[in-house]
Amino acid sequence: MRLTRRSDPRIAAGVVALAAIALLIGGACVGLVAEGARDLSGAVAAFDGYLLRVARFTLWQAILSTLLSVLPALFVARALARHPRFFGRDLILQLFAVPLALPAIVAALGLLALYGRAGYFADFLGGLGGGRWPGIYGLSGILVAHVFFNLPLATRLFLEALQTVPADQWRLASQLGMGVRPAFRLIEWPVLRQALPGIAGLVFMLCITSFTIVLTLGGGPRGTTLEVAIYQALRFDFDPILAVALTLLQIALTLAVVLVLTRLGANTVGDANLSVATRRYLSVAKGEAAFNAALIALSLLFVAGPMVATVAAGVQADLTRLVGEGAVRRAGLTSLVLAFMSAVLSTALSLSLIMARRALALKRSGQGRTLLEYATDTGAGFVLVVPPIVIGAGWFILLRHVGDVFALAPVMVVTVNAVMAMPFAIRALRPAYDAASERHERLCALLGISGWNRLKLIDWPPVRRPLATAFAFAMALSLGDLGVIALFGSDSVQTLPYLLLSRMGSYRTEDAAGLALILGALCLALMFVAARFGKDASA
Amino acid sequence: MRTVLLSFLAATTLALIVPASAKEKLTVYTYESFTAEWGPGPQVKKNFEAECGCEVDFVSVADGVALLNRVKLEGASTKADVVLGLDTNLTAEAKATGLFAPHGVVGETNVPGGWSDDIFVPYDYGYFAVIYDTEKLKAPPKSLKELVEGDPEQKIAIQDPRTSTPGLGLLLWVKSVYGDKAGEAWAKLKGRVLTVTPGWSEAYGLFTKGEAPMVLSYTTSPAYHMVAESSERYQAAAFDEGHYLQIEVAGITTSGAKNPLSEKFVAFMTGPGFQDVIPETNWMFPAGKTDKPLNPAFDRLVKPTKTLLFSPEEVAQNRKAWVDEWLGVMSK
Repeated sequence: MRLTRRSDPRIAAGVVALAAIALLIGGACVGLVAEGARDLSGAVAAFDGYLLRVARFTLWQAILSTLLSVLPALFVARALARHPRFFGRDLILQLFAVPLALPAIVAALGLLALYGRAGYFADFLGGLGGGRWPGIYGLSGILVAHVFFNLPLATRLFLEALQTVPADQWRLASQLGMGVRPAFRLIEWPVLRQALPGIAGLVFMLCITSFTIVLTLGGGPRGTTLEVAIYQALRFDFDPILAVALTLLQIALTLAVVLVLTRLGANTVGDANLSVATRRYLSVAKGEAAFNAALIALSLLFVAGPMVATVAAGVQADLTRLVGEGAVRRAGLTSLVLAFMSAVLSTALSLSLIMARRALALKRSGQGRTLLEYATDTGAGFVLVVPPIVIGAGWFILLRHVGDVFALAPVMVVTVNAVMAMPFAIRALRPAYDAASERHERLCALLGISGWNRLKLIDWPPVRRPLATAFAFAMALSLGDLGVIALFGSDSVQTLPYLLLSRMGSYRTEDAAGLALILGALCLALMFVAARFGKDASA
Repeated sequence: MRTVLLSFLAATTLALIVPASAKEKLTVYTYESFTAEWGPGPQVKKNFEAECGCEVDFVSVADGVALLNRVKLEGASTKADVVLGLDTNLTAEAKATGLFAPHGVVGETNVPGGWSDDIFVPYDYGYFAVIYDTEKLKAPPKSLKELVEGDPEQKIAIQDPRTSTPGLGLLLWVKSVYGDKAGEAWAKLKGRVLTVTPGWSEAYGLFTKGEAPMVLSYTTSPAYHMVAESSERYQAAAFDEGHYLQIEVAGITTSGAKNPLSEKFVAFMTGPGFQDVIPETNWMFPAGKTDKPLNPAFDRLVKPTKTLLFSPEEVAQNRKAWVDEWLGVMSK
């Protein structure tokens, strides 16, 4: 059945969003290529055995990190979904978003405070192995840090998908006396499987571009990623062509992995009926409840541990003085305003893409996916594997003749952060939007509801809560971002992470720890507000 | 939130529209820690503005390398009159751009080994050094050789020469001591290296967190801890072979040569109005005439018996090969 006859405005919105992303990345590449086209020799010579090793290591650590983050997250998310109400659940979910806003070095120091050579657990771990604990430097350190960043993220995104399971299904399962296994196979797994490629892809992209974590915890240049090589090419060698070539290689590697991941997933058909049950009927057996509790507690310990260490370091700083400082307040305000604007832009663009993808999927009815549909789905994610330094430098080259580049810095920061946050926002939003569309599409077509009215009356209520999540994620991510700002200079935009690093770079370690605490607290507050906002909708 | 947003927008718009005062203006590009509120920038600005009756506008980027890239990107149309914050590892490359003009008459400068250059003028210097934690390490290495061959259980945190200035400094230090045998030295030292961080901050952070008892930094680092924290805990290890030197310099751009304030500023830079500020804000040694004596803490720092330094040309020619040699050994 063809649901739409005339062209769907949702597709147009998606095309606009895609064009914006393409412009951002394409423009940067054009700038760099134009600058460096004179000399290609360096770029050609750089593709040697060393680079091959780097590419191999990059891929290897990213795949391992993704596996270790995503697989446990599936079960933690499931455990959380099985227990929709218990004391502290909301706080756990909010805590799980904090790593997003932590600069990599803060997280690395937090992890080392526990598992490092001089960490709290060093004596214990050393005792186990007999001899002095060598710390987690090397591949293990990289993996631990990546799991710390991505396990909570994946958990929240899987949970977002699980929450689209209609309450009716749970009621039915409960009435039929369905056990844990069949319930997982028939109800939970289909939803999780649908979300899996996207979430695993996102985590993979975050890990493949890792930089500070890989160098700091990697123990030496054995642990070098392509991102490091790109950074080196642009900074020390100033070879824009090589930077673009390496970025393309990074994109190609990611594309290969994402294609494999797509095979794992399935675009299952959701439930087209309107839900009548008002609440979830879940009966969890005692044994399973204990297992779930252990799982949640374990993941909480893992995620909260380094945060507790960060807080412990932070409270030693002179927090009252810090908060009173004009520079800190200004940076805090700048960070919040820029992050807020990025989040608005990011969620708007993401929603456009999700609507367009859905409209395109409905349109094709059975045939293979078109390139456009593919682009609206996974395509946006690829912005994550274009290093911010590449986007920044490329646009700098393009804009330098137009006007004062520094004056444009806030615009650049907002745009780049917004686009970088899109893959997160999309993962958070899509399950809810698609599920709602599945239920309402025919109704809308029948009643001729479309455009703004549809957005307001039909789509808004079910996406409000995930929209709040997506918004908060996007904002948290921008709060912690450093990449673009570091390139565009500090005078016009001094943000909290920038201030943090600059204090750290001038012996003021305590101040930096205090600022990390403030940053984490801001993020937690943000998640709290987002949860509140989302709750009002369902009440 | 809305009012905040509006006032923010209003403030930024105003900042863009309102023209600067009619005073003569000097634009200085520098690195971020120079203009930080605890850095030398604010005081230097005040002192020079009082002297010239003009306005100094600092524009800062992350560090010296970013500074050179920035100038390269902007080319001849750069707004910078003066570029302040390159070091001798970058000057050959900077000269090759043809974007810098000869400096005018400057006061006497004082850097180890002397200085003569028609384009760049030094404003401070420091020596690289291994800083150790006296509470953890009772017998610090007395030479680079002892560092290389010492107990691999006593770790050191170093920086990556591909991304960091001190990282490159250590590479050159080892090269100047070991020459052709540098690769073998790195192979031995590798066992003592806890990790190689992208920048100075990460390595120093690991060190102060107690992860490693040693870190690569500057001989002046203990001065910060003594003066600002009244702590004697972190000290520099004096090495018999000598210490590698870093000299920080400034130069006038070709477009800045048209602004008479540029020459005035560079001349001012070698005098007390600038030099007195340096030690306790940039934590480096002054390279020009000071009026105030140095804080006594500086007298208690390690005084290298020998100064090691490659010429800018040698560094420019060999940097890539030497870094590749380092990579080859370290990534095995």
